[in-house]
Amino acid sequence: MLDAGRTEETLLEVNNIEVIYNHVILVLKGVSLSVPKGGITALLGGNGAGKTTTLKAVSNLLKSERGEVTKGSITYRGARVQDLVPSDLVKKGVIQVMEGRHCFEHLTVEENLLTGAYTRGSSRGEIDADLNMVYEYFPRLKERRRSQAGYTSGGEQQMVAIGRALMSRPETILLDEPSMGLAPQLVEQIFNIVKKLNEEEGYTFLLAEQNTNVALRFAHYGYILESGRVVMDGPAKDLRENPDVKEFYLGMSDEGRKSFRDVRSYRRRKRWLS
Amino acid sequence: MPEQFVWGMEVFLNGLMAGVLYALVALGFVLIYKASGIFNYAQGVMALFAALTLVGIMEGQVPFSHLINAVLGTEIHHFGWHVPAVLAILFTMAVMVLLAWAVNQFVFRHLVNQEPIILFMATIGLAYFLEGFGDMMWGSDIKNLDVGLPQGINTSIDEFTYQIFDYGFFIDNLDLFATAIAAALVFSLVVFAQYSKQGRAMRAVADDHQAALSVGISLNFIWVMVWSLAGFVALVAGIMWGTKSGVQFSLSLIALKALPVLMLGGFTSIPGAIVGGLIIGVGEKLFEFSFGQMLGGATENWFAYVLALIFLVFRPQGLFGEKIIERV
Repeated sequence: MLDAGRTEETLLEVNNIEVIYNHVILVLKGVSLSVPKGGITALLGGNGAGKTTTLKAVSNLLKSERGEVTKGSITYRGARVQDLVPSDLVKKGVIQVMEGRHCFEHLTVEENLLTGAYTRGSSRGEIDADLNMVYEYFPRLKERRRSQAGYTSGGEQQMVAIGRALMSRPETILLDEPSMGLAPQLVEQIFNIVKKLNEEEGYTFLLAEQNTNVALRFAHYGYILESGRVVMDGPAKDLRENPDVKEFYLGMSDEGRKSFRDVRSYRRRKRWLS
Repeated sequence: MPEQFVWGMEVFLNGLMAGVLYALVALGFVLIYKASGIFNYAQGVMALFAALTLVGIMEGQVPFSHLINAVLGTEIHHFGWHVPAVLAILFTMAVMVLLAWAVNQFVFRHLVNQEPIILFMATIGLAYFLEGFGDMMWGSDIKNLDVGLPQGINTSIDEFTYQIFDYGFFIDNLDLFATAIAAALVFSLVVFAQYSKQGRAMRAVADDHQAALSVGISLNFIWVMVWSLAGFVALVAGIMWGTKSGVQFSLSLIALKALPVLMLGGFTSIPGAIVGGLIIGVGEKLFEFSFGQMLGGATENWFAYVLALIFLVFRPQGLFGEKIIERV
């Protein structure tokens, strides 16, 4: 189940892109990755590695932050998408769930979900059906449908953010750091729902996550970013077994977990980039 | 019944009517603030510009005639036709939509994700630009605006109150009309913002630009829509004020009165703009009536601001403003 890997069809293809913010800050230095249909692809790495920037380059939210893709190409189903505005991309079935939830605080939970259906010209009935589908996956949201989103808990807000994306009837969901600021139990719950959505409804996920441990348990395939470059990629199962990943990202080494006393003398034996 | 009391009642009613006019201007502020977090300093000037354009079109004035005459040495001022009021209002509305588009195209789309203070500065610039532009386009003389609204004392109220109090109240027909228009405007705007898809998108954009973009809401479309709506409200306010006191450049100063109105009602509440306007209108008229002589008169100039200041201390979000959500 976990190592299903790539299916035949590739939806999203990122080809050697370079991203520059404000015309001077080079953030991505040639990132390539491909997202197969029906898979959960994880994008891993520490702070500032370029995970969010990669997702925003795909969803085209970069422009509003004065970033731009200066080299390389991004294609979705074979068509170039990097010049599209975000709303066109949403219509094509690619939607981003932003890091830090970004709910509409003054709107109720239900209104938040309805904004997700903005680009659809569907009838009220179809939208209501989808609303019920979202409530089935997130029963908690149904209880809180009339509350202002700003007053719900962090976990509920993450559910709102994911549910809102589902309302656009996407094919691919770019999920940025869903574990951020959540208790381990909630992280587990959110990831289980992501897995369920992937298996039952066939949504494709591209997932950016710092929590390598959880991400590699739920994803099929992983890419590891460091300083704006992909330094390693492979099926999630292989990555979990890789000694370097274990040491750098999972906090384990061949001798097992390091004792806190040795931390002072702990030094990275090697880096992928130096 | 003591005379003072009856006079006080008349003052109260006239205060309500004046408040409606303040509220009309404040409404435009609220719309733009709600949808983009921009405090639009130019709202008052937009009302002036709308009124100028309306008069210009009705009178068949040639736009930029001074400029044209100076450059080409001609002597043209009028096309020589008169446009009926309804048609002229439609044309003016088209101009306001065009203005909304231009404002977004040339100013605000380049300022996405900037600090609120930067956006505010941009609207100050816009206000002065628009004032000069309106001047250049239509000339700076005081103009009469008459779109056929009822004016003068309302005789039935006069007679009715005369029968009861032995004293006829003076209520202007125009004020009554403005009240009805404002009520209709507020009702439709609230329904629009709360229950329509575009209204919901508008509120979403107000909350979080980036998130709105991410679900596929086009910021440009929403902003042009909102500025057009604000232009429409400005046009209505411009017609009312222009009919009341002539179309002149001091009209843009009524925008300043909208500030205390907003502080009272809350920057984000459409009904709040109305209630705030009424409180300010009634408050300043009654205050002037009761204490004006004692304090040397002209209290209307400052009363609203003092009231707003008190509100800022005790209830910074205003009466109906959105609570400032702060999670710890």
